[in-house]
Amino acid sequence: MSEHTTFDAPRLSVPDRALSSARMKVGRAAWAARYYRSFSRDAVLAIAEAVARAGYEKAGHFADLAVTETGFGVVEHKKIKNELCTHALLDHYRDLDLVTPRIDAARKIVELPKPAGVVFALAPATNPVATVYYKAMLAILSRNAIVISPHPVAKAVSVAAAHHLAEAAEAAGAPSGLIQCVEEPSIPLVQDIMSSDRINVIIATGGTAMVRAAYSSGNPALGVGPGNAVAYVDPTAGVDAAARCLVESKSFDNSILCTNESVVLTLDSNRGNMERALRSAGAHVCNEADTNRLRDYLFGKGSLNLESIGKSAAWIAERAGIRVSPSARILVPVVATPGQDDLLFREKLCPVLTLTSAVDFQQALTFAKHTARRGAGHSAAFHGDDTARLVRFSQEMPVYRVVVNAPCSQGAAGFATYLPPSFTIGTGFAGRSSVGENVGPQHLVQWTRIAYGKDVPADLSGIDLSAVSTDRAAARAPAAAPPPARESFDRDTLRQLILEELRSLQGAGK
Amino acid sequence: MFNYGYFAFDSKEELLAKAAEYWNPGKVSFWRDAGTPMVIDRREGYFLYDMSGKRLIDLHLNGGTYNFGHRHPELVEVLKSGLDYFDMGNHWFPSVARAAFAEKLVKTAPHMKYAIFGSGGAEAVEIALKTARYATKRRKIVSIIKGYHGHSGLSVATGDERFSKIFLADRPDEFIHVPFNDEGALEEVLRKGDVAAFIVETIPATYGFPMPRDGYLKACQDLCRKYGTKFIADEVQTGLMRTGIMWGWQGYGLQPDIFVCGKGLGGGIYPISACMVNEECGGWLIEDGAAHISTSGGAELGCVVGHHVIEMLQRPEVISNVHFVAEFFARGMAEMMKRHSDIFVGVRQRGVVLGLEFDHPEGAVAVSRALYENGVWAIFSSLDKRVLQFKPGVVLDVDLCQEILDRFDSAMPRARQLLKSGRRAA
Repeated sequence: MSEHTTFDAPRLSVPDRALSSARMKVGRAAWAARYYRSFSRDAVLAIAEAVARAGYEKAGHFADLAVTETGFGVVEHKKIKNELCTHALLDHYRDLDLVTPRIDAARKIVELPKPAGVVFALAPATNPVATVYYKAMLAILSRNAIVISPHPVAKAVSVAAAHHLAEAAEAAGAPSGLIQCVEEPSIPLVQDIMSSDRINVIIATGGTAMVRAAYSSGNPALGVGPGNAVAYVDPTAGVDAAARCLVESKSFDNSILCTNESVVLTLDSNRGNMERALRSAGAHVCNEADTNRLRDYLFGKGSLNLESIGKSAAWIAERAGIRVSPSARILVPVVATPGQDDLLFREKLCPVLTLTSAVDFQQALTFAKHTARRGAGHSAAFHGDDTARLVRFSQEMPVYRVVVNAPCSQGAAGFATYLPPSFTIGTGFAGRSSVGENVGPQHLVQWTRIAYGKDVPADLSGIDLSAVSTDRAAARAPAAAPPPARESFDRDTLRQLILEELRSLQGAGK
Repeated sequence: MFNYGYFAFDSKEELLAKAAEYWNPGKVSFWRDAGTPMVIDRREGYFLYDMSGKRLIDLHLNGGTYNFGHRHPELVEVLKSGLDYFDMGNHWFPSVARAAFAEKLVKTAPHMKYAIFGSGGAEAVEIALKTARYATKRRKIVSIIKGYHGHSGLSVATGDERFSKIFLADRPDEFIHVPFNDEGALEEVLRKGDVAAFIVETIPATYGFPMPRDGYLKACQDLCRKYGTKFIADEVQTGLMRTGIMWGWQGYGLQPDIFVCGKGLGGGIYPISACMVNEECGGWLIEDGAAHISTSGGAELGCVVGHHVIEMLQRPEVISNVHFVAEFFARGMAEMMKRHSDIFVGVRQRGVVLGLEFDHPEGAVAVSRALYENGVWAIFSSLDKRVLQFKPGVVLDVDLCQEILDRFDSAMPRARQLLKSGRRAA
């Protein structure tokens, strides 16, 4: 015994329970997907409504839990984001029918929707509940099952949120196991599931390493990269309105959305106005010494100081040793000359917005393009009325969204614009992603196309598509309860009755 | 060449010859004649590979022994890890593995008090019958006609004479058989007040899974209570989630005095069985704990594996999967019966325990052969060859279930042909 008495580690090695359970969740999801893929549009919408309602009811509760667990963001802003992923998201996609076959009589083509099956989704620490809500809703609308792997620092709230939605879905008739969440996520677990041949598609929102791993997994993936949005404020813009947008955007959930502005760029002639406008909108504009302190605090170790993520302006100012008014909503370090080397031009998931200015629009554009390469494929903002410059800016920037005269955080994510509401912002080819738009349920469905020969007669109106989706009601989906006992009949009598009926049916068919 | 390092065979034919020569000529020729001459070589998941390389999906599972499939990686890991520390252990002494496993088992059935371990189902039945005799001081045991509880001294006497007469092991004076689903017949026997125990499989497997009539088992249990007889549930094939719930008796609202489990308890990799007893029946464990001893019963390695088997079975994902598999085959077999109603005439099902009835006295023998030819291994019921035992595993996935159903469908014309040609497959 002596060798063991001083040491309390288990004497036997125990299999990775979390990994084993996660694999079983994928199996369970495949079962759910098998039944759910033939649900009717009405049944799908009923489930989506129920999930939206359930999510909305607890949006504030989970916002609170998320901030408590992760330390990121602002409860009331997270509540708004969570709510947006319920009824608003559903309303946006309500008329996008991914269930009913499409008939194009003119082109003699019939299209049958084929859901992916099992979606494996990664959710980040920054928007844990909103992402769970959002991805679950996408899965429901596209008739897929989903297994979510939350970020480890947000696992408790993510599991609770997913469980809450799953219960609502099942109560509304969804097969059990349609929405599941990994309880104990880890990098080896995620890598194992991502490379499993049991999943059908990955939606990866998270750090670059995870997104690259998703693409290397051998499975189809919708992975999106980081952002580093530049907001260009043209002299044609009303500086006060622009400043209000910027402050609102950067202070929203303490800049935790990857669509938040990182740099505000204007022309030298406009910089003084901009600083004044930012101040009156609630920003603390830093002097040179404060700017240096902030740079040291945020990027002293070369990359963004993780403790600053999603913290408030006042909290960061205190840590950086800057004196600010307690009412300061964002911090604005000023870098006089645009260039590529200043660390303050990098992505900042905190309410710090770097102000710089260029001598002319051409220099501004060149700088903006270079800055956007650090968040390639993501988003940018344009403030002003000069549409010629807007088009040029949009054409040259390596981004897939340019938000105009609106806060970029909310705008690019589809809440302050008419873009699709999304927490997975496609960064496209420029950002090494397979998708360049805001990811929606349509990305989780593919279509089988029945195509007649051009010159062949085809009567598409005579095609019976009723078997493609069924009016499968809740009662017919496997429930969590044990199968009912079948011994309550006189089995022989019953069997005879069934057989007679079956035989008569067969006879009638001949 | 089949070189296994320790031994080698040139061919499957050579192996069959050696097996007939040194091991069991009867079994070798039986399976050859049945048209299913399987010699299992590799095995993995729910797949068996014959020495010929032919792959078979296992729906026999040896009665649930391979509930989790063959060599489930997690269970293999548990056993390997156990071997770094334990061996079979010394049955005389208390042990950490046995205590932990006993507690785990008792907690699955709160009205039970002790878990007594054996190495196989028959041994656990032996313990159960002896325990009932101890508790009642009576000698007689009642079981059902066509019942099956193993092949050891007392257990074989409870079963069909197919297995007892040949060894002069039937004991008609002490072992009484009554018809299944007939509580009146049971009461006739119990009324004399000299019966120690009534033992019954919750769903009689070897008899082809005839379903207990509504209320039958409960009536039997009530009769036992009334006449001072112990009610023993044999859960060897119905336990361990196979009926959709941990123990089959739970689904029928029973509280047996004693119940027995085995097979899948050792995960298919280490033999272990258990007899669970309530406080009253377990009195002998206080009076003389060494009254029953077994060198390999409750071997510590088996306890470590069994402990993990129970833990896996309790996971919500597994419970959900069992229900999905059960529902899938309920729907799928109804469809198959519709398509093949000329030969396929009935489905008996509870959870993933299924008996498929064919309209011929040896129908299941032909179907078993037809399935074998189509890559599926499912065995007929020894005591009712009209019925095929169809036993999907608890962690089967959706694709494999669909494949099983597709293969079943393709096998039906062949089964029809075998039955029509009147060839006896066995």
